[in-house]
Amino acid sequence: MTVSEEWPLWEIFIRGQHGMSHRHVGSLHAVDAEHAIKNARDVYTRRNEGVSIWVVEASNISASSPSNKGPLFDPSRDKVYRHPTFYDLPDEAGNM
Amino acid sequence: MLVLGHRTSEWCGVAPALEEDIALANIALDLIGQAKLWLEYAGEVEDAERTANTLAFRRDFYDFRNLLMLELPNEDYARTIIRHFLFDAFQVPWLEALAASSDETISSIGQKTVKEANYHLERSQDTVVALGDGTEESNTRMQKALHDLWPYAGEMFQDDEIDRMMQGESIAPLPSSMKKAWELRVERVFNDAFLILPDSDFSHSGGRQGIRHTEHLGHMLASMQFLQRAYPGASW
Repeated sequence: MTVSEEWPLWEIFIRGQHGMSHRHVGSLHAVDAEHAIKNARDVYTRRNEGVSIWVVEASNISASSPSNKGPLFDPSRDKVYRHPTFYDLPDEAGNM
Repeated sequence: MLVLGHRTSEWCGVAPALEEDIALANIALDLIGQAKLWLEYAGEVEDAERTANTLAFRRDFYDFRNLLMLELPNEDYARTIIRHFLFDAFQVPWLEALAASSDETISSIGQKTVKEANYHLERSQDTVVALGDGTEESNTRMQKALHDLWPYAGEMFQDDEIDRMMQGESIAPLPSSMKKAWELRVERVFNDAFLILPDSDFSHSGGRQGIRHTEHLGHMLASMQFLQRAYPGASW
């Protein structure tokens, strides 16, 4: 039995030093969530990339189907008025 | 620390899982980095123009002062993990104590390195429990590794002349004063891991004084020191 058969796959999200939110950085194998966080610390933050780690077992993620791409995303292509580019953002609003 | 760092680095590329491989390589680098700090300071105190590099790569085995347990070959993953745990469980309170040393440099090295040591301990302790309380094979291997290493663990707590001198000047506590807390921790963890502590107080000794080393250290140094021996002074 190989490791990949024994240990479930985990998706890793890291929030960087100046990042506003966690970003998906990759995946790895681990026996449980705590082990996954430790492994993520060693695999993905060894060059000082992060200040916080989230892990999610890959099987718990539901994904949209690639074959559904047309109906899901095409309709929003020509709706330029949905972008807030016609406003002047006040500085106090901060990051949007 | 240098010796354990090198032993740990031997897993690089051949550890049982990619994640463990990277974790061990990180730990090896931590330990070698810590060794560099200690050796740099040793060279400075000695004041004989020996750098950390000279001390690491140009001393023969009889000039090494290290715990015998750390120079033993890795053998298998069980022995590596048990060794790390036995050592880390000593190292954390030891470095905490050194952080309060009367010597400023030792105190600052202690403060810096204890964070790394804490992570090493967390990791090795969890892995001891995971493998001890794992499959029949992992438990058997861990039990054997514990049996093999136990006679070397006691050396960590043997006081010598230098220890007593350093205690006198409040530079470091006596290693023996760390034993009780260490025993409580390892008993608890091995209990959680379904591993049985060997019923023996016997301990090998002499590595820290350089009185004796195992046959393995010379072989290890042959590969560790090869580059500086073949091309003295070579640098990046």
